[in-house]
Amino acid sequence: MSETITAHSGQTSGEHAHPTPKTYAKIAGVLCLLTAAEFICYYMEAVRSVLVPLLIVLSGIKFALVVMFYMHLKFDNRVFTRVLLIGVFIGAGVILSMLALFNLAHPL
Amino acid sequence: MSRAARAGVRRGTAAAALSASHEGGHYTSLGVDSRKLGMWLLIASECLLFGSLIVTYLIFHDKTTGGPTPQQILNIPVTTVSTFVLLMSSFSIVLALAGIQRGDRKAFETWIFVTACGGLTFLGFQVYEFTEFVHKGLGFTTNTFGSSFFLLTGTHGTHVAVGVMWLFALFFTSKRGGLVRDGALKVDTMALYWHFVDVIWIVIFTTVYLFSVVQ
Repeated sequence: MSETITAHSGQTSGEHAHPTPKTYAKIAGVLCLLTAAEFICYYMEAVRSVLVPLLIVLSGIKFALVVMFYMHLKFDNRVFTRVLLIGVFIGAGVILSMLALFNLAHPL
Repeated sequence: MSRAARAGVRRGTAAAALSASHEGGHYTSLGVDSRKLGMWLLIASECLLFGSLIVTYLIFHDKTTGGPTPQQILNIPVTTVSTFVLLMSSFSIVLALAGIQRGDRKAFETWIFVTACGGLTFLGFQVYEFTEFVHKGLGFTTNTFGSSFFLLTGTHGTHVAVGVMWLFALFFTSKRGGLVRDGALKVDTMALYWHFVDVIWIVIFTTVYLFSVVQ
């Protein structure tokens, strides 16, 4: 049965082995490249019209990489993923609804 | 999986949790450590805090009636470097966690110290940025951009400062040989907090700094 708890290592049910330092280094490299790409996009006139969606996608990938690999959500118990997603969805809902309220319904 | 099977798994988890609690663990009936679950709940609630601060900035940053605007004052190259430093501190803390998980205390202490130094460097960049802004005439009460900017980035900086203190506390505890019992779990919980501070900065860097070019 997979429902085992290793009290001393902190590993709990539904948890798998964490990535190796080599994988962590690869993720760090990708994060650096994505940050450099964001910086370059900021100064490129050619992508100005699609800059906002482009930056959202790039930062979304960075967010997902850190959460999945560094915070181990890809390998940990699914309960943690659900807890985070609830917070993220409500937070994103607050941002979108307030932006809609103040930019569309009641512009300042 | 059938309903009966699922109930069996739940019973098994609860039994394992009870067994583990007798061994000194703090496991919930979900089969996860209560301290780690507590940190994830804190992170989820912090998403709401930072969500409200970010939307406040997005609504009010361009409603200025005087004083500097984001386009005039934000220093993107410097902030990109500080973002890079914070991202690399996330890398160093996973190496610290890997070190303590395999019982390599020396590696753990080295990488946790590197992480704390990364956090201090990020705070140094923030102090430099705030000082520069004040010299250029942007204070907390100058305009709505200043108020919402300092509130958002200041709240994040406070989180980083708390994280740096926590990192140094773990470093000195390990130096005294105090991270023997549940050491990996303590570092894992701290690492979650530190990564959260990092991912929030990823969002702030995009929405506050990079979006300024099109606002």
